[in-house]
Amino acid sequence: MLRVSHLSCSRGNKPLFADVSFELQAGQVLHLEGDNGVGKTSLLRIVCGLSPADAGEVCWHGQTIQQNASQFRASLFYLGHGLSLKEELSALENLISDAAVSGRALSEPQALVALARMGLRGREHLPLRVMSQGQKRRTALARLLASQAPFWVLDEPFVALDAKAVDGLRSLLGEHVAHGGMVLLTSHQPVALTVASGASVQVQTYRLRGVA
Amino acid sequence: MSGGAFMAVLRRDLLLAMRRKSEVLTAVFFFVVVAALFPLGIGPELNTLRLVAPGVLWVGALLSSMLALQRLFEADYRDGTLEQMALSPTPMPLLISAKLLAHWLVSGVPLVLLAPVLGLQFDLSADALMTLTLGLLLGTPVLSLVGGIGAALTLGVRGGGVLLSLLVLPLFIPVLVFGAGAVEAQASGLGAEAHLSILMAMLLPAAFFSPLACAAALRIALE
Amino acid sequence: MKSINWFHYAAPQNFYGLAGRMWPGFAVLATAFMLAGLWLGFAVAPSDFQQGEGYRIIFVHVPVSWMSMVVYLAMAFWSVLGLTFNTRLSGMMTRALAPTGALFAFLSLWTGALWGKPMWGTWWVWDARLTSELILFFLYLGYIALTSAIDDTRRSDRAGALIAIVGAINVPIIYFSVKWWNTLHQGASVSLTKGSSMAEVMLWGMLLMALAFWFYTVALVLYRVRTLILQRESHATWVHQLDEVKP
Repeated sequence: MLRVSHLSCSRGNKPLFADVSFELQAGQVLHLEGDNGVGKTSLLRIVCGLSPADAGEVCWHGQTIQQNASQFRASLFYLGHGLSLKEELSALENLISDAAVSGRALSEPQALVALARMGLRGREHLPLRVMSQGQKRRTALARLLASQAPFWVLDEPFVALDAKAVDGLRSLLGEHVAHGGMVLLTSHQPVALTVASGASVQVQTYRLRGVA
Repeated sequence: MSGGAFMAVLRRDLLLAMRRKSEVLTAVFFFVVVAALFPLGIGPELNTLRLVAPGVLWVGALLSSMLALQRLFEADYRDGTLEQMALSPTPMPLLISAKLLAHWLVSGVPLVLLAPVLGLQFDLSADALMTLTLGLLLGTPVLSLVGGIGAALTLGVRGGGVLLSLLVLPLFIPVLVFGAGAVEAQASGLGAEAHLSILMAMLLPAAFFSPLACAAALRIALE
Repeated sequence: MKSINWFHYAAPQNFYGLAGRMWPGFAVLATAFMLAGLWLGFAVAPSDFQQGEGYRIIFVHVPVSWMSMVVYLAMAFWSVLGLTFNTRLSGMMTRALAPTGALFAFLSLWTGALWGKPMWGTWWVWDARLTSELILFFLYLGYIALTSAIDDTRRSDRAGALIAIVGAINVPIIYFSVKWWNTLHQGASVSLTKGSSMAEVMLWGMLLMALAFWFYTVALVLYRVRTLILQRESHATWVHQLDEVKP
């Protein structure tokens, strides 16, 4: 369970946002909305523990993420603006080495299943260099699929995806929360998730306002 | 699991270096060029060359290391891989030490292997060549370790390359003094044991503390 | 001492006032000690048997060399504090110290050269201490270059703190290796009168000058930190209420 209390943040001596608080339980999705430049990416990075906040704290299962660091990181998957993929490696090599670096076991068959699910069957052994932007994005999402981490923090995950991939991601997110996972994401489009049965998933929103 | 993460980072960096050969070869080429140009600049007098050889070769190795340091964390920083390492449950210093080891294997070891060959151009004796090679074997890891801190601090900063060189230059000087000094001591009959021991004494603490400092510097860069 | 709450002054707003009250006093002390030291050094101390009047440059060279090391240690001290307690003021103090320290290192090199020229006939000599001083100067330049190149204040302070600490740890190593290198090559050495012990008045003169430079540093650093505080806290309400800022 994630609890964010009274976070404030500034960038380059200018205050961005102040006194942000929200909670996220298992099985919930939080869509972080806000204008460009208000600090959505900064907030996500603070939640992950990459950037420090000026004030406030982020708690995971009752302890701050600094106290609880290794357990928190083991439960977290962050997808930022950078794809976190190596261009010279193939999609398969990327997934396997990424899993190992994050301390997760991922066998080759499992990785191939994840890539196939994201529509990359037949392209697993190509170096990322020769793929299109959309295919690279889908490889990044295959990483997500293979991670099995309960808490997903996604920064603009729908960017550069075609309609079919968008649907795929929507159902992926829906399934994840149906199985008890948590998702915190930003997106400029409205987020409507579905599960396999067709029922829609409730998505909470939080509108981030900047400091005047 | 931590051992697995260490090996994964090491394997990945070595694989990437093999597929991006041009970057690796640039730094090594630089070392060769420095060693080849100096005799042309100084003159073919063997006695002079033998005198300046330790200094010239060591400075060449130093400059080559400085060049290679720039790409230590750069690519990982740009494509987001560094963030994933920061978010891994495995302690970041452990992952960074894997990167530093890979960096040394790719940029430092070639210098160690080339040095005896280049040393022949300067008419160094077999013993001197041995001392030179041993010194580089002990010293180049220190350069990678200590230089890594500078590379981490200057990630994505304006004027990166020159700034990096300015930051690491004072830190490299002890390695230069004892490395080149070892060869000179050997040549003058005093024996190089003391110098080489001191290089070893620099290597061990550096191997322990540098990954910690690098991880701290990288987290600062990622903030 | 116990009654002063040190963390109270860690807040820039409170330190601003304290520094404002303190720096003029230090400036006066600096002037007084400088006059006393110069008088001792140039008027009272006898001329040297071997080096004549030229040796008097040591009354600047030695104190300034000492100070260049002391200031670097101070920078390292504030850096450790800053990284441990995460206070903004520590970064400002380190940044305020750096230019003065760099100036002292530069002066040390120049006065060393001026002193060496009549003795050795060259402007530069690879003396162990001068060489270490040169490297210290590079350490200062490195800190200043790094902190200037990074735009984000917090990252700049923290990166600077780290390099200052790494540099401080390396200073003894660098000094030791340069000394080794110098003795091995039996290089020239710039030193005070060999053979005879230094006259007491010379020591006093150098001490007074060192204290003068120290007070000067404190006064200047306090003044600089005030400016830095104003720059960085410019969006805070207390700044807008200050007399010096109100239109």
